Amino acid sequence: MADHLPILQVILPLIAAPLCLLVRHALACWLIATLVSWLCLAIAVLLLHQVLDGGTIRYQLGNWVAPWGIEYVVDRLNGFILVIVAAIGAVVAPYALRSIDSELPERQIGLFYVMYLLCLAGLLGITITGDAFNVFVFLEISSLSSYALISMGRHRKALHAAYQYLVMGTIGATFFLIGVGLLYMMTGTLNMADLADQLKPLAGSRIVLAAFGFIVVGMGLKLAVFPLHLWLPNAYAHAPSTVSVFLAGTATKVSLYVVLRFIFTVFGFEFSFVNQPLGPALLVLAIAGIVVCSLVAIYQDNVKRLLAWSSVAQIGYMLLGLSFATAIGLQAGLLHMFNHAIIKAGLFLAMGCVFLRLGSCRIEAIAGVGRQMPWTMMGFLLCGLSLIGVPPTAGFVSKWYLVLAALEKGWWPVAALIVLTSLLAVVYVWKVVEVAWFRDPPGTAGRIGEAPLAMLVPLWIMVGANLWFGLETSGNVDVARAAATALMGAVQ
Amino acid sequence: MNAGLLVALAVLVPLAGAGLIALSGRWPNLRETITVFTAVLLFIVNILLAVLVLDGETPALHVAEPVEGVPFAFAIEPLGMLFGLVASFLWIVNSVYSIGYMRGNKEGHQTRFYVCFAVALASTMGLAFSANLFTLFVFYEALTLSTYPLVTHAGTEKAVRAGRVYLGILISTSIVFLLTAILIVWQQTGTLTFAPGGILQGRVSDALGLILLVLFMYGIGKAALMPIHPWLPAAMVAPTPVSALLHAVAVVKAGVFTVVKVIVYVFGLDYLQNLGGSEWLLYVSGATIIVASVIALQADNLKRRLAYSTVSQLSYVIMAAALFTPMAVAGAVLHIAAHAFGKITLFFAAGSIYTAAHKTEVSQLDGIGRRMPWTMAAFGIGALSMIGLPLTAGFVSKWYFLSGALDTRSVVTICVIFASTLLNAGYFLPIVYRAFFRPAPEGGPHDDHGEAPFPIVLALTVTAAGTIILFLMPQLPLALARAVVGG
Repeated sequence: MADHLPILQVILPLIAAPLCLLVRHALACWLIATLVSWLCLAIAVLLLHQVLDGGTIRYQLGNWVAPWGIEYVVDRLNGFILVIVAAIGAVVAPYALRSIDSELPERQIGLFYVMYLLCLAGLLGITITGDAFNVFVFLEISSLSSYALISMGRHRKALHAAYQYLVMGTIGATFFLIGVGLLYMMTGTLNMADLADQLKPLAGSRIVLAAFGFIVVGMGLKLAVFPLHLWLPNAYAHAPSTVSVFLAGTATKVSLYVVLRFIFTVFGFEFSFVNQPLGPALLVLAIAGIVVCSLVAIYQDNVKRLLAWSSVAQIGYMLLGLSFATAIGLQAGLLHMFNHAIIKAGLFLAMGCVFLRLGSCRIEAIAGVGRQMPWTMMGFLLCGLSLIGVPPTAGFVSKWYLVLAALEKGWWPVAALIVLTSLLAVVYVWKVVEVAWFRDPPGTAGRIGEAPLAMLVPLWIMVGANLWFGLETSGNVDVARAAATALMGAVQ
Repeated sequence: MNAGLLVALAVLVPLAGAGLIALSGRWPNLRETITVFTAVLLFIVNILLAVLVLDGETPALHVAEPVEGVPFAFAIEPLGMLFGLVASFLWIVNSVYSIGYMRGNKEGHQTRFYVCFAVALASTMGLAFSANLFTLFVFYEALTLSTYPLVTHAGTEKAVRAGRVYLGILISTSIVFLLTAILIVWQQTGTLTFAPGGILQGRVSDALGLILLVLFMYGIGKAALMPIHPWLPAAMVAPTPVSALLHAVAVVKAGVFTVVKVIVYVFGLDYLQNLGGSEWLLYVSGATIIVASVIALQADNLKRRLAYSTVSQLSYVIMAAALFTPMAVAGAVLHIAAHAFGKITLFFAAGSIYTAAHKTEVSQLDGIGRRMPWTMAAFGIGALSMIGLPLTAGFVSKWYFLSGALDTRSVVTICVIFASTLLNAGYFLPIVYRAFFRPAPEGGPHDDHGEAPFPIVLALTVTAAGTIILFLMPQLPLALARAVVGG
C-alpha cells in the first residue's frame, strides 16, 4: 500500500469525481469530497515524510519503465507543494458545505463537487508527475474544471470572467504544449529526468531556446506573472467564495512549481540563468508586478478584487526570490509560496463568511461588519497582518528571508523596495479593516449574525496556521531550504 | 515562583483580562471590576519581578525562534523593569480614573475601550521586557495597532482623520526606518539580542553606525522627535484617560524607552562617545525641546498644550541619553518615571476639568481653582514637576541630567535646560495663577459645578502624591537607573 501512495494521491480524487456525478445528491457529494480531500492530505503528508526520510520516490505507472512509461517522482520540492495543495483542499472542503449551499442553485451543487475533485486531481497530478506531457494533461484537467468552477459564480460577470480565463488559459496551455512538442522533437523523450540528460549537449540549439520561451511564457500566463495577469482579478472576484479560496491557495502555486521544475530540473540552472538572462528578466517583471498591482489593489472597491490584485503582487515576491538565482533567494520564494497560500486562503475564507451573511463583498457593504461578525473579521485582520508581514505571523518570516536574500546579493534598493511595498499592503489591508470595524453599518442593514461554525473553523485553522508558522518555523523553513538546495545543488 | 512563568504572566495577565472584559461587556460593574483587578494583578507580577531584578537576576523566557538566530524571547533588565513598574502601577490608577471619566461623560463603546486598553498594556509589558530588537519590534507595532481604536474612539470625522495621522506616522516610520535599521544590524552583526555594552562595537563602520543612529532615532516615531511628532497632538482627540496613560506614559514612554534601550544595549555608550558626528542627536533633541515648548506656550487648548509639553519632555530623555555618559543616562531613565507621574497628573486634571466643567481651553479657567481645589492643586504639583522644582520628582531627574551635562561640559545642553525650565514655567504657572488668583467670570454657562466625580479626584490625588513621594524616596528608581548604566 505504502508503495502505491504516489498514484493514490491522484487517482483518489480522479475516481471520486465521476462517483459524485453518479450520486448527484448534494450532501453525499460533499461527504465524498471532504473525505477524499482529507485522505489526499494524509497521503501528501506521508509522502513528504517518506521523501524527507528516504530521498526521492520514483513510481512507475503500470510498471512501464521510464523513460517509456510515465513516471511519478516525488522529491522535496513537489512533496512540499503536494502538502500545500492538499492542505488547502482539506480546509476548503468542509467550508464548502455552507458556503456553496448558499451561493449555488440546488441542482448545481453535486456538479460543483465533481469539478472541485477534478480540479484537485489535476493540480495534484501536475505536481506529482515526472513526465512533461503528463503535466499538460493534468494542466488541462485542472484548467477546464476551474473554468467551470469560476463560471458557477452567482453574478453574470462570472461567465465573462471564466471566458476570459478560458481564452488566456488556453493560450498558456497551448504555448506550453508547443514547448513540450519542440522538446520532444529534439530529444524524442518526454520524461523530465531523461529530458534533462538529453538537453545538456543541446544547450546552444535555437529550437530548445524556443521551447524554453514557449514553456516559460505559457506557464507565466497560468501563473499570472505581471503583465500576463489580466485574467486573475476577474476570475477570483466573481467565482463562488469557496472557489476563490481554493484557487488562490493552489492554482498559481502549482504553476509556479512547474516553472521551477522546468527551469531548474529540465533545462538546468546553467541554461536558464547563465545562458539566458532569466534572472534580470524575472527581477524586472517581479518588481513591476509588486509595485503596480499593489497600487491597483489600493483603489479597488470590492474586497475580493482587492485581494486578487494583491495576489498578483504577492506572486511578484515569489518570483523576486527566484530571480536572485541563489539558494537563499529560492528558499525565500518557496517559503513565500507556502505562506501566501495560507494567508490568501485565510483572507478569502473570511470574505466567504462575509458574503454568506451580506451577499456582497463591496467595501461600502461591509461597513460596520466587524461588530456583527467579530470572529470573521478578527480572522481577516490577523491574516491581513500576515499579508503585510507583521511579526509574529507567517508573512513576516518569508519577507525576512527575502530581504536577507536581497542583502546577501548586496541589492540594497531591492531590499528597501520589499520593505516599502509592504507599506502599500498596509494601506489596502487597513482600508478594509477601517471600514469593517470603525464605520457604522448602512442604515438599511438589518441585524446579521456571525458566520456558521462550519465556516469559522476552517477560517481559524488558517489563522492559527498563520500564527503558528510565524513562530514555529523550523518545519516549513527546513523543508523549503532542503528543496531549494536540492534544486540549486542538482545543477551546481 | 518560576521566573519564566512570571515573565509570561506579565504579558498574559492583561491579555486574559482583555478577553474577560470583552465577555463581560454586558455588565459594566463586573467589567470595571475585572479591569481594576487585572491591573492590580499585573502590578503584583511586576513587583515580584522587580524583587528578582533588584537581586541581580535577569528573569528570562524563550518562546520560539521564528527565524534562525532571532528568537521571540523576553529578558528583563533594570530599564525595562522600571518601565514595567511605572506603567503597571499607573494602569491601576488610570483604571479607577477611567471609570469616573467614561461614566461621567457617558462615552459609548466602553467595552471596546477597556479591551483595547488591556491589550495596549499587554503590548507595553512585552515591549518593556523584550530580549531583542525583533521581539521589541513586534510589541512596538502591537502597541500602535491596539491604541488606534482608542484614538479614534469618538468615531467622528475629526477623530478618524487624527487616527490616520497617528497610524500613518507611527507605522510608516517604524517599517521604513526602524525595521530597516534592525535588518542592517542583523546583517552586520548576526545578532539582535540586547547586550550590556552594545552589539555594534567593532562590527560596523563609523559611517554605517551614524546612519543606523539616524534610522533608529527616526524609526522610533513614538519618541516624537521633531519633525515626526505630529501624531502626538493629533492623538489628543482621544478620551482623556487615553491621553493620560497612553500618550503621557505607555506609548510615548515606549518610544523613549526604546531610544534609551537602543543607545545603551545596541550601540553601547562607549561606542557612541567615540562615534564622530553623533552630536546631531543632541542638537535635534535640544531644538525639539525648545520649539515644542514655544508651541505649547501659544496653545490655548489645554490638552494641546500638554501634548506639546510631552513632545518637549520626551526630548529631555533623548537629549539626556544623547550625552552618552552614565550619569546623564541615569537621568534619562529617571525622567521616564518622573515625567510619567507628573504628566499623568496633569492630564487627569485636564480630564477632571472637562468632566466637571466641560472646559477645554486655558482661557476659560479663571477662578476654577476655588471650585475644584483638589484638581487644581494636583495640577500645580504636576506643573512644578514639569518645571523641575524641588519637592517633585522632576527635580531628581533634572539634577542627574544637569550633572551629566556639566560633566561633559556641553554648553548647548545646559543652555537648553535653562531655557526650557523658563519656558515650562512660562506655560504652566499662568494656568495655576488663573485658576487660583483670578476671579471667575460672572454668569458663565457652566459655573454651577463642583469637584469632578470621586474616582477622578482619587486618581489624580494618588498620582500627585506619587510625584512628591518619588522626590522624597527615589531609592527604587535610582537603584534601577544605576543598574542600567552599571554604576
